[in-house]
Amino acid sequence: MKKMNGINKTTKNNLITYGIVIIAFVIMQTLISTGSVSSLIEGIMVPICIYVIMAVSLNLVVGILGELSLGHAGFMCVGAFSSAFFSKCMKDVITVDGLRFFLAMLIGIAVAAVFGILIGIPVLRLKGDYLAIVTLAFGEIIKNLVNVLFIGKDSNGFHFSLKDVMALDMESDGTVIVNGPQGITGTPQDSTFLIGFIMIMISLFVILNLINSRDGRAIMAIRDNRIAAESIGINITKYKLMAFTVSAALAGSAGVLYAHNLSALTANTDNFGYNQSIMILVFVVLGGMGSIRGSVIAATVLTLLPELLRGMQDYRMLIYAIVLIVMMLFNWAPKAIEWRERHLRFGRKQKEAVK
Amino acid sequence: MALLEVKNLGISFGGLRAVNAFDISIEKQELYGLIGPNGAGKTTVFNLLTGVYKPDSGKVLLDGTDITGKKTIDISKAGIARTFQNIRLFKDLTVLDNVKAGLHNKHHYSTVSGILRLPAYRKVEKEMDERAMELLKVFNLDEVAHVKASNLPYGQQRRLEIARALATEPKLLLLDEPAAGMNPNETGELMDMIRFVRDEFHMTILLIEHDMKLVSGICERLTVLNFGEVLSHGATSDVLNDPRVITAYLGE
Repeated sequence: MKKMNGINKTTKNNLITYGIVIIAFVIMQTLISTGSVSSLIEGIMVPICIYVIMAVSLNLVVGILGELSLGHAGFMCVGAFSSAFFSKCMKDVITVDGLRFFLAMLIGIAVAAVFGILIGIPVLRLKGDYLAIVTLAFGEIIKNLVNVLFIGKDSNGFHFSLKDVMALDMESDGTVIVNGPQGITGTPQDSTFLIGFIMIMISLFVILNLINSRDGRAIMAIRDNRIAAESIGINITKYKLMAFTVSAALAGSAGVLYAHNLSALTANTDNFGYNQSIMILVFVVLGGMGSIRGSVIAATVLTLLPELLRGMQDYRMLIYAIVLIVMMLFNWAPKAIEWRERHLRFGRKQKEAVK
Repeated sequence: MALLEVKNLGISFGGLRAVNAFDISIEKQELYGLIGPNGAGKTTVFNLLTGVYKPDSGKVLLDGTDITGKKTIDISKAGIARTFQNIRLFKDLTVLDNVKAGLHNKHHYSTVSGILRLPAYRKVEKEMDERAMELLKVFNLDEVAHVKASNLPYGQQRRLEIARALATEPKLLLLDEPAAGMNPNETGELMDMIRFVRDEFHMTILLIEHDMKLVSGICERLTVLNFGEVLSHGATSDVLNDPRVITAYLGE
């Protein structure tokens, strides 16, 4: 009987997470279709979806695997550029938007996963601070490589260069697809709030089910005690790489959404640099390491907040920073935890279970 | 033939010969003790047997198979499980999940069936739950199956570590100071439990211990290590009366 309760508890928790996302989507969708929200808020719906996916996928590495990665935006960058490249090339070949976007999504996910494996193999040999710094470096490398990448296409096929457009040496009928720092322009804008919502649901499904399976147990066992995990025959390298790759693949899908939400895709410090990686890490830490639902909520609130505060002009970022600090204190300060346990039912229940 | 046959095992760290010419031979279902002063190299022997360190010399045979210098994960699969001197549980996982992690290599389903919740997932998870609960029942931990491991009292944590080790279905169980930090009552219970594990699971057990009451109470044979070398070995009562052991370790 007790066992059944345990299983139900996880399932129940997961259902609440799905429920929150579905309800939020339905409410926002209704508000948008009745025209009761500003176009500013409407425009931020896809970015919210992107950040939720980024936060949830980073939580798999930071919270579940227990390794600090500071290069998460790099995988988003890989997914964005590979899928935008595909979409632009195929714009005239595949005219069905839905199909083309679906294929672009698969390509973005696959390429990001491959990068996850390639980067994961050397990086996951390190631990703690060293791993964090090396992932930071890899993220920057990806961003900077994309900035010097030139790809063009003419009747002879594709041309690559790391110098400039002239070095592509194309025929007169050639078009530049990836134009170095100017990135990719004219990507079809296929991302919608609905697709973003579906991708969030898929990400949640993959991550929550992965966590509550044999593989997820192995990953968390490695986090809690690597030596003990090894002693019971868990393959450390395999499961670290699995978590890292799944996380990268999902970040890739967020990148695909990002690329198809803008007409011009460029890689700069704000969108794919370490600022972005750290902001996503902030979502994860605020929402609670290992708490997937927390990541969803933190990413949503912290993406909405600056927009909602736009009316406050110069005080906007000040208030944002204060909210960050207050949320952090409420989540982690020992006194706040004590208060929550005393006054909120949820905390008390947990304490009783411990006895 | 002996279940564990170790010949001339040795390792050096820099200039220090931590373990030298270590021999041991343990029969099936034997309760064997490894004792000696602090720093004698007992835990190093465990680390050599479980592949944490690679020996510079010697051979380790488990049930006739050579496992010398193999990786920890392969040694676990070959059939050696251990507990640790300083408890190493998966502290944020529940008691049940700790044991299920131990079942990792005994019950399989693919990652895809895990994510998509295919029938294989349901079937194998159910088997794992049942097997884990059986084990927890043996160790009187079934009541706390859904409690986080780090919230257990010390004695239960020690028991859980043994349950997790047994979940890997080993041929040989290594216990590193199982009675450390226990009061005489708890030690008494632990002795009963170790005997029970040996009888119930037909287990061969090698344990490191400083508690002489436990050692003389349950170990059938002993090996005494001193400065990385075997000082004495044989039947428990003979070894404990060996004058060399008394001078080096037990005291007059």
